[in-house]
Amino acid sequence: MIRDITIGQYYPAKSVIHRLDPRVKIVCTLLFLISLFLQNSILGYVIATLFLGAVICASRVPLKFIVKGLKPVIMLLMITVLFNLFLTREGSELIHIWIFRITDKGLRIAVYMAIRLTYLIMGSSIMTFTTTPNSLTDGIEKLLHPLNKIKVPVHEVAMMMSIALRFIPILLEETDKIMKAQIARGADLESGNIIQKAKAMIPILVPLFVSAFRRANDLAMAMEARCYRGGDGRTKMKPLVYHGRDRAAYVVTVAYMVLIFCVGRYVPFHIWIF
Amino acid sequence: MDMIQSEELIFEYEKRDEEGNVIGMNRAIDGVDIHVSPGEFVAILGHNGSGKSTLAKHMNAILVPTGGTMWVNGRDTKEPAELWNVRQSAGMVFQNPDNQIIGTVVEEDVGFGPENLGVPTDEIWKRVEDSLKAVGMLEYRSNSPNKLSGGQKQRVAIAGVIAMEPQCIVLDEPTAMLDPNGRKEVIRTIQELRKKKQVTVILITHYMEEVIDADKVYVMDSGHVVMHGTPKEIFSQVDLLKKYRLDVPQVTMLAEELRKKGLDLPKGILRTQELVEALCQLS
Repeated sequence: MIRDITIGQYYPAKSVIHRLDPRVKIVCTLLFLISLFLQNSILGYVIATLFLGAVICASRVPLKFIVKGLKPVIMLLMITVLFNLFLTREGSELIHIWIFRITDKGLRIAVYMAIRLTYLIMGSSIMTFTTTPNSLTDGIEKLLHPLNKIKVPVHEVAMMMSIALRFIPILLEETDKIMKAQIARGADLESGNIIQKAKAMIPILVPLFVSAFRRANDLAMAMEARCYRGGDGRTKMKPLVYHGRDRAAYVVTVAYMVLIFCVGRYVPFHIWIF
Repeated sequence: MDMIQSEELIFEYEKRDEEGNVIGMNRAIDGVDIHVSPGEFVAILGHNGSGKSTLAKHMNAILVPTGGTMWVNGRDTKEPAELWNVRQSAGMVFQNPDNQIIGTVVEEDVGFGPENLGVPTDEIWKRVEDSLKAVGMLEYRSNSPNKLSGGQKQRVAIAGVIAMEPQCIVLDEPTAMLDPNGRKEVIRTIQELRKKKQVTVILITHYMEEVIDADKVYVMDSGHVVMHGTPKEIFSQVDLLKKYRLDVPQVTMLAEELRKKGLDLPKGILRTQELVEALCQLS
C-alpha cells in the first residue's frame, strides 16, 4: 500500500515530453501552476484541462499512474474542499442544516479548489514522471546558476534533491519491510485512536531513520570514492542544449498562458468570474 | 613498481563509551605489509572484524593511515594533493548494491564517475557504453536501478568504476549481500574483466570459493596479515584456517578428510576436477 505513492517517480517511456529539455519542463510546469491561479472561469478550466490532457497524452504516461499519485494528498484535498464548502458565508444559501450552511459561492470555490489542487499535483507529477531526477537536477541547477554569484550553493542543493528523489522508492520499500517485521513481532499499527496510532509509528520510524543515516553514510563514501568533489570541474554526460522542440514547447506554453490570461480578463462570463 | 604497496600500515580509531568520552584506542589494522603487482588478482580473506574492509578503504584513501604508509600506483595516500589521483587509480566497489548507485538510470550512474573527473561529454558516452558492455549490462542502460536484481546492481556498480578507467579495482565484499546466483554473476564478471581489460583486482571476501582463481591470497585476523601465498599454499593449511574462523572450499575439505583417513592425496586441492584426477591416480 505504501509503495503506491508515485509522486516523484520516473516513468520510463519514449515520448516528446520525455525528450524535452528539463529547463523547459520546469519553466512550463511553473507557468501552468501559475495559470491555474490566474483565472477562475469554467472556460479557463476547460482550456487548462485540454492543455493538461494534451500533455498527458503526449507524455505516454498512463493516466491511471498519474491519478495514483493523487492518493496520498486526498486527505488534504478533502479538508480544503470541506473548509471552503462550509466556511464560505457569502453568496445565496443553498442548504442550511443546523450550523452548516452551503452557499452557491462556497460550492463553486470548493469545486474550483479541488480542480486546482488536483491539476497542481497532476501537472507537477507529469514533470517528474517524464524527467529523470538527474536531468531535473541539471535543469534546476542550470536555471538557478545565476544565484551562484550571491554564494548560493546551487550545485550542492541540486545534488541533494536528486539523491533524495532516488532514495524515495528505496526508503518506501524499507518502510514496508520494517512494518512487516514489526507486525510479525506483534506490533499493532491499525487499531486505536490517532494518538495511539502515532505512538505505534515510533517503532517504525526509529529503525527507518537509523537505516537512512547508514545509507547516507555509505552513499557519501561511494560518491567520494568515485571522485565526487562538488560542482567545480565537473563535466556533464548529458549537457543541456535547447533544440527546436524545446522552443516549440515554450511557444505552446506561452500561447496557453496568454489564452488563459485573456479568458480570465476579458471573456464576459461575469457570473463565473470573481 | 607495485600497484598497491603498504608498509607497516596502522590504523587506529578512538574507542568511546556511551557518553562519547574517549576510553582508549582501537587498532583495526596493525602493521600490515602488502604488495600487489600490476595485473594481479589478489584476494584478501578474513573473518568479520579482521580489518579487511578497513584495509580496503585505505586503498582508495577513504581512510588515511595513522601510522605507516600506503602507496597506490606509486602515490602516497596521505598526501592531500594526491587524493583524487589515488581515487581515480583505485576504483572501489562496496558491499551494499543500493547504497552506491547514485544515478536513477543505469547509464547516468555509470557516467557519474567520469563526470566528476571532468571527462568531455563525447568521451563519457563512449566510456559508459564500453563499461556497460564489459559487464554485460548494455541492454539495461536506460532502466531504473531499482528494478534490477542485486547481482545486476553490483555489475552496474562495477561498470561505474571501470568507466573511470582505474588501473586497479578494489571490491569490498561485493557479494556479501547477494544470493548464490548473483554471487556467481559478479565473480564471472570480475574474471571476464580481468581478461578483457588487464586491470589489477583486489577482492575482499569471506567466501572461499571466490579466491580459488586468485594469484595471491592474504588472510587477515584482528588487524594482522596472518597468512599469505597462493591459494594452493593457503588452502593446504586447513587447521590454521580454521583457527582464524575461516572455512575452506568443500572440495578441499573433502580431500583433507580423505587424506586424514589415510588416502594418498596431495595437499591444497581446490577444484572438483583436481580431486577427481587425484583420486583416479590412486591405485
